[in-house]
Amino acid sequence: MNRLHQLFQEKKNLLSIFFTAGFPNLNDTQTIISELSKSNVDFIEVGLPYSDPLADGPTIQDSSQIALQNGMNLDIVFEQLKAIKETNSTPLVLMGYLNQLLKYGEDKFCQACVDCGIETLILPDLPMIEYENHYQQLFQKYGLTNVFLITPHTSDERIQKIDSLTDAFIYVVASSSITGAQGEISNQQIAYFERIKAMNLKSNLIVGFGISDKKTFDTACQFANGAIIGSAFIKNVESTGVNGIIDFIKSIK
Amino acid sequence: MKSKYEPTKEGYYGQFGGAFIPELLYPNVKELEDNYLDILSSDAFQKEYKDLLQHYVGRPSPLYLAKRLSEKYGATIYLKREDLNHTGAHKINNTIGQILVAKHLGKTKIIAETGAGQHGVATATVCALMNLECVVFMGEVDIKRQAPNVARMKMLGATVIPAISGSKTLKDATNEAIRYWIQHPETYYLIGSVVGPHPYPDMVARLQAVISEEMKVQLKAQTGKENPDTIIACVGGGSNAAGAFYHYLEDEEVVLIAVEAAGLGVDSGESAATSQLGDVGVIHGSKTILMQDEYGQIVEPYSISAGLDYPGVGPLHAYLHETKRAKFMNATDQEALNAAYELTKIEGIIPALESAHALAVLPKMDLKKEQVVVVNLSGRGDKDLETYINHLEA
Repeated sequence: MNRLHQLFQEKKNLLSIFFTAGFPNLNDTQTIISELSKSNVDFIEVGLPYSDPLADGPTIQDSSQIALQNGMNLDIVFEQLKAIKETNSTPLVLMGYLNQLLKYGEDKFCQACVDCGIETLILPDLPMIEYENHYQQLFQKYGLTNVFLITPHTSDERIQKIDSLTDAFIYVVASSSITGAQGEISNQQIAYFERIKAMNLKSNLIVGFGISDKKTFDTACQFANGAIIGSAFIKNVESTGVNGIIDFIKSIK
Repeated sequence: MKSKYEPTKEGYYGQFGGAFIPELLYPNVKELEDNYLDILSSDAFQKEYKDLLQHYVGRPSPLYLAKRLSEKYGATIYLKREDLNHTGAHKINNTIGQILVAKHLGKTKIIAETGAGQHGVATATVCALMNLECVVFMGEVDIKRQAPNVARMKMLGATVIPAISGSKTLKDATNEAIRYWIQHPETYYLIGSVVGPHPYPDMVARLQAVISEEMKVQLKAQTGKENPDTIIACVGGGSNAAGAFYHYLEDEEVVLIAVEAAGLGVDSGESAATSQLGDVGVIHGSKTILMQDEYGQIVEPYSISAGLDYPGVGPLHAYLHETKRAKFMNATDQEALNAAYELTKIEGIIPALESAHALAVLPKMDLKKEQVVVVNLSGRGDKDLETYINHLEA
């Protein structure tokens, strides 16, 4: 059983934070992870900065561009993560785009994940059919699990299928949207969360996209095992630097 | 029997193609995939499409024997005059077709990306024609470079939204269009080339295939020959080339030449010759050849021609390149400019900079007098006059 599974069994209302590796500075990765761990964040999504992040909004895209300008690349991020493998106890999830894995080399990428203690991947542009045809086998070889996204427009039938394919968690995209904090959670969104909850899926559910503060986090937790905050965290790091991380997390949980 | 140049059910040409899209786009793409072939083959669609191509676009476009050009290069050179289409390029063949597909699907709002503005204008045109709302994404840099086309789109009633992310050019305009589509799933995304997730590459190729369909008939009527020996077309994303090659793909004796923009030179670091500089990767929902660094970050291409500076090629072209069915050549900025000035002087035709790249390989070829060559003259040069004037003075 991997560390995420254990976490889901032991705890409710999980808080996950997404940050872009290499932002605001190239070498902030380890500090950010350690500050988040100290703040009792339950698991951390490490974003691999990409030149053309289709599923991300302006905040994450801008942070990615700065990270790339800072010189961040896959070799460096894997080195940084490897260096804290023994000391960091907070589970890490890697989020990137398929082309990064393709170009780096599928096996080399997967092996690097294993070397860093990464067990879970989120590749938003990896479609289910490609996963079934090829990547499922590849990831299994390295003990990696893949997270799929669902949206208000994903059919029940497709959600059932995703539920059968994933052994990590299902990423419940809060709205038909790209990433980026948006304020309130609407009644329409709540109806969608309720629909998903009522499906009694075997997978754990984590809500993301549009979760930005205590209120939206608490609402999401009523329907899921927890929620992910990304853009709002990045904005906070941008304005207060890594020293403001603990206070930001305190304001949520 | 199905042609080996048609994609599989999942949209693959060999190893290239597919639909690498976030789950957020799945319903939109699936709806199109489930319906496009039925719509395209329906009598209602065919009648309206053909009627509009004839009476609105002005098709068939002439196949013109360029005598002086032929003399100069010692071959029999025909120009397929897509430059004479309404709005000035082949782009309208696709937008007419897709706007009808959108209508069949009951869509009322259209979004599109554009680089130089040609596809944006062609999209805004058909939206005006069909009374549909139109939003065009265009890189902030391109908006400044192509002011007349921005004005045309606005006059046609379109909203032009600047793409301010990344390098602020075509690839970023495409990213922004896709993001907007994710946030507004009720809209129809009218892609301008044979790129994007399946079924777009196949659908756009089928809509541009009218070019080679006409070429077959015209060539036979004018020369008695079934096929030309050689077809030359420029490739950015590759829609005009896909259209010019389409009905000849299985006629293996016809040499197909795809011309990419070499910019300042293939190895200069300022180029858009994707087949020479790129390798396999995923861009805008399709597995293809693309220009990228060692970590898979997409590299910004360069060409004097805003229609050719795309970092990928359509998956069909990646397949034609890999299987060597098409020969990939390239032309630099300067070679394209020279070819444009030459055609203007000896044939009285000012070509688009994109099309000038196709003409620019003629001097590099070993041509024979009886060899029948068709160059797809994909667009006219009005939009490039400023560039032509600047370089003429220089």
